[in-house]
Amino acid sequence: MTTTIPTPLALIAELTHRCPLHCVYCSNPLELQSRGLELSTEVWSRVLREAAEAGAMQVDFTGGEPLARPDLVELVRAARSAGLYVNMITSGLPLDERRLADLVNAGLDHLQLSFQGLQEDAASEIAGTRALEQKLQVVRWARAHRVALTLNFVIHRQNLDRLEEMIAFGEESGAGRLEFAHVQYYGWAFANRERLLPTRDQVERSILLLQQAEARLRGKVRVEYVAPDYYAKYPKACMGGWGHKLMLITPTGDVLPCHAAQVIPGLRFDNVKNKPLREIWDSSEAFQKFRGEDWMQEPCRSCDRRTQDFGGCRCQAFLLAGDPAVTDPVCTLTPRHLIVEEIIAAANAASPEVPAAKPDWLYRPNPA
Amino acid sequence: MNPEKHARPRLAPGCRLSEPNRAPRMLQMPERALRLNGPSLEIVERCDGRHTVQQIISELQKIYSKAEPERVEKDILGYLALLQEQQALEFTVEDAAEQK
Ligand SMILES: C[S@@+](CC[C@H](N)C(=O)[O-])C[C@H]1O[C@@H](n2cnc3c(N)ncnc32)[C@H](O)[C@@H]1O
Ligand code: SF4
Ligand code: SF4
Repeated sequence: MTTTIPTPLALIAELTHRCPLHCVYCSNPLELQSRGLELSTEVWSRVLREAAEAGAMQVDFTGGEPLARPDLVELVRAARSAGLYVNMITSGLPLDERRLADLVNAGLDHLQLSFQGLQEDAASEIAGTRALEQKLQVVRWARAHRVALTLNFVIHRQNLDRLEEMIAFGEESGAGRLEFAHVQYYGWAFANRERLLPTRDQVERSILLLQQAEARLRGKVRVEYVAPDYYAKYPKACMGGWGHKLMLITPTGDVLPCHAAQVIPGLRFDNVKNKPLREIWDSSEAFQKFRGEDWMQEPCRSCDRRTQDFGGCRCQAFLLAGDPAVTDPVCTLTPRHLIVEEIIAAANAASPEVPAAKPDWLYRPNPA
Repeated sequence: MNPEKHARPRLAPGCRLSEPNRAPRMLQMPERALRLNGPSLEIVERCDGRHTVQQIISELQKIYSKAEPERVEKDILGYLALLQEQQALEFTVEDAAEQK
């Protein structure tokens, strides 16, 4: 059976791995790239045009911290002139009002600002630095400059009991959209999992609260949430399917089908410095490897849900079961779900107030 | 809820038409997009903060002169309500002093 090659919808552009924050939940890879290896303004501008020509409608500038790139205004302009909808995913540092105005004038369509929490000390412990005050400032500037704003709260064992506070703040903030993302266990989050994984009570309560908020605020503020992976019955449709909708470019130009794909041993990636983007999307080994259904094993191969969740996440299958080609162990239909059940059992053995057995956070460093 | 006829709709921050050289035309919004065909594109192009709802109706009734005028009006109001539900529109209403 041949797999027809779909059109990419959006490009996730990781402009840099540099970042002034050190979030313990950061999904970036453990091996971070340094400034000297980052793609130049010229290469990014070409790649943005190539992405639009391949059919992409949107670019998400992310990282690391996209604001750490001195040429960000220029890149926003390049993306707009390529015909893309320009989204920036940011911690809000380093930024002043003048630079935000420049970004908006250059064509920034939407800004997604992430929060570690609303209690200064607790948020600083997660971020490894003090950043809350500046984020509150960015919310005010975004309103003043009429740029569409989403607030992103990454939620986990340490801050779930303050969810009401986050919802109430978001409601009054002037943001059009609130995103509550349960931590996904990749990169630094995987390393800090024991202290981040919530209890079942926390998860159930959070889903109820978010459903209520979603209904109450409908038509006023959009409330969206990313389900807690390990507690789900079926896995998430990671990236909308491997090589199906999205592609990610790392700071050095490697093109990935998923944020975490570099953890999979032996998978070879092509680089935008050597090949046109469309060619990479269509035929690179990494994209072809798990595109479509040919690679699937049981129980996915004969399961009706395979067109909806694509068998889950390949990187998660590798991280949890040691094999990227098996059903995502999050799925309750595979015997490998036992792996997840054991992890969950450990997370529920103690209440969130009890300090974890593993006392130290592993903070994400800022590469040179 | 139908929008008032003397209000002037415009696209909310973060909502805009995709570039004219890219087909199909879309209304792009944060994390979502609406595909636009003939009449819906005509409507969205007029949500510019200058046209009132009534003016949009009159102009489209001219463009679609073969269709029943009441039908056109009803469709436009329905579509504007849908955009409003999507948080894609802002309405401005001038006070009487400004209208003179
Ligand atoms: C890796 S960050 C890079 C952009 C910017 N530094 C920021 O934090 O907003 C991209 C987005 O993913 C979120 N994020 C980071 N790690 C995550 C994880 N393990 N699970 C879920 N969301 C995560 C962040 O909150 C942010 O919205
Ligand atoms: S450390 Fe935090 S702010 Fe920096 S890239 Fe990771 S998630 Fe974003
Ligand atoms: S068996 Fe595979 S396709 Fe079926 S629900 Fe589980 S992960 Fe999805």
